[in-house]
Amino acid sequence: MGFEKKIVIIGETRGCKIHHVTYELTSKAAELAGKINAEVVTLVCGHEIEKGDLERLFKTGAHRAVVVDSPELVLVNDDHYLRDIADFIKSEKPDMALAGATPFGRALVPKLAITIDAGLTADCTELGIEEGTGLLLQTRPAFGGNLMATIKTPEKRPQMSTVRPKVFKINETYGNPVNIVKKDHIPGKSRIKMLQTVKDLEQVINIAEADIIVSGGRGLGSKENFALIFELASKLNAAVGASRAAVDAGWIAYSHQVGQTGTTVSPKLYIAVGISGMIQHQVGMKSADCIVAINKDPDAPIFNIADFGIVGDLFDIVPKLSKIME
Amino acid sequence: MKKVIVFIKQVPDTSELKIDPVTNTMIREGVPSIINPFDMYAIEEAVRIKEKWGDTEVTVITMGPPQADAALREAISMGCDNAVLLSDRKFAASDTWATSYVLSKAVGKIGEYDVLLAGKQATDGDTAQVGPGIATWLGIPCITYVNNIEEIKPGYVKLHRMHDEGYDVIEIEGKFLLTVLKELNEPRIASFRGKMNAKKAEIPVWTAEDIGADPAKIGFMGSPTRVVKAFSPPVKQGGIKISAEEDPSVPEKLKSYLREKLII
Repeated sequence: MGFEKKIVIIGETRGCKIHHVTYELTSKAAELAGKINAEVVTLVCGHEIEKGDLERLFKTGAHRAVVVDSPELVLVNDDHYLRDIADFIKSEKPDMALAGATPFGRALVPKLAITIDAGLTADCTELGIEEGTGLLLQTRPAFGGNLMATIKTPEKRPQMSTVRPKVFKINETYGNPVNIVKKDHIPGKSRIKMLQTVKDLEQVINIAEADIIVSGGRGLGSKENFALIFELASKLNAAVGASRAAVDAGWIAYSHQVGQTGTTVSPKLYIAVGISGMIQHQVGMKSADCIVAINKDPDAPIFNIADFGIVGDLFDIVPKLSKIME
Repeated sequence: MKKVIVFIKQVPDTSELKIDPVTNTMIREGVPSIINPFDMYAIEEAVRIKEKWGDTEVTVITMGPPQADAALREAISMGCDNAVLLSDRKFAASDTWATSYVLSKAVGKIGEYDVLLAGKQATDGDTAQVGPGIATWLGIPCITYVNNIEEIKPGYVKLHRMHDEGYDVIEIEGKFLLTVLKELNEPRIASFRGKMNAKKAEIPVWTAEDIGADPAKIGFMGSPTRVVKAFSPPVKQGGIKISAEEDPSVPEKLKSYLREKLII
């Protein structure tokens, strides 16, 4: 093969499926690999992963997929995952390792960084290769997106990043030959007991990864009025978000909260309804491609960042929007 | 005596952040410092554990410049018993790897403990890496994104870990570190007595030497990662703004705007 370097993707699975961030990172790695003549290896830990999902890795740029299969990997027990991933990295000695900045990656990879003595940059939104050195340039937001920093890891290997989902596009045009290798799961004790996973039925579409989010704030005035938000969201196939004020008032669960003490989102479209848009809210959503604001106060700060602002009564406008959006 | 240790960070108050309109960079001067918002929930949880267990001491730790003393005093005013400030020029420019090493060495100096707590992430760096890092240095399990603690006693916890499709129910036996979310509790307002305690507390300052830190693992030289450059992202500007009263066709206009932009 004659590869000079190696990039590993630490894959993520949900049940029998591979998470989309794994394909996004495989495609991005394939693009970077072209510049430094690197092999792209995607590691998939889980149980009974669908064959079609594994084969898709080669369309999206992987040269090799390594599969660790065990019933112990059905629920995400960090102790079990960490053993398999650390062993894999130690034996493969890649130059770079990428994982999704999902709850899975953000919990696991910082532990991996200490375990294998490597540097790690969190939540990257851009990756590149430095001219001359071939080092990985990792760009990430800090201060809630008010500052961007580019970071590199000069010496320790692998150079590791977690990368936000939906930042990179999946490219299915690679068509590499299927090359799946099995690796044994390393059994061992765990100090953590996973009792069960409970699905949040209210949160049909997860806000961290949604393309469209309709968010409600204080202006809704009550829990019942959140129905307006849910209705518009369902018409747009969108996730439902909320401001801190709405969450603190008990109108909607915390998992919907967008902003500094909630979730940071970057959808294609963010519709803020009855949200004034204090900076704590803005840091969680201002990287959205398009922001729509509906608020009765023409001086609300949300209008300073809205691409399309509507000054008016949300109780009049939102039902009209729901009616015409199909 | 049982022991809970809380890790906090002093951060600039984001709500006071301003962007210089000429250079388009963040103005840090004159921005007040606060305890990282997520850490407030860790402090509150530690104090609640103490109240529940009795005979428990809560120690709050931060690494930072001498002025981080103020953040520790605020934590004491909320009910923490004592505090340690890790401050040394040698710690400067530590990345998350080196910072978690320093904090784990401080735990080593303290010795015995039952529970370690931290906020989910700090609002300046936003990395969420230091908590899991400390636990790994210490060789204990860490659960991140904790939004509900069903039961906690020395050497045991049953909790909920939030993830993007719901939550996991997890049980741990032994020592552990948890990083917590806002949903866990409602931080209290400092009492008068707490404020008095904060005022008179003697807060020791520990240096790299005090905690026996390996000089090769701390500060700039001990950090695997390097910041190459920092820059401001493009400033987002407001665009179209229409009054619905003056223009009743605004819902249709929005729909065609979104169609044009190929968003829907």
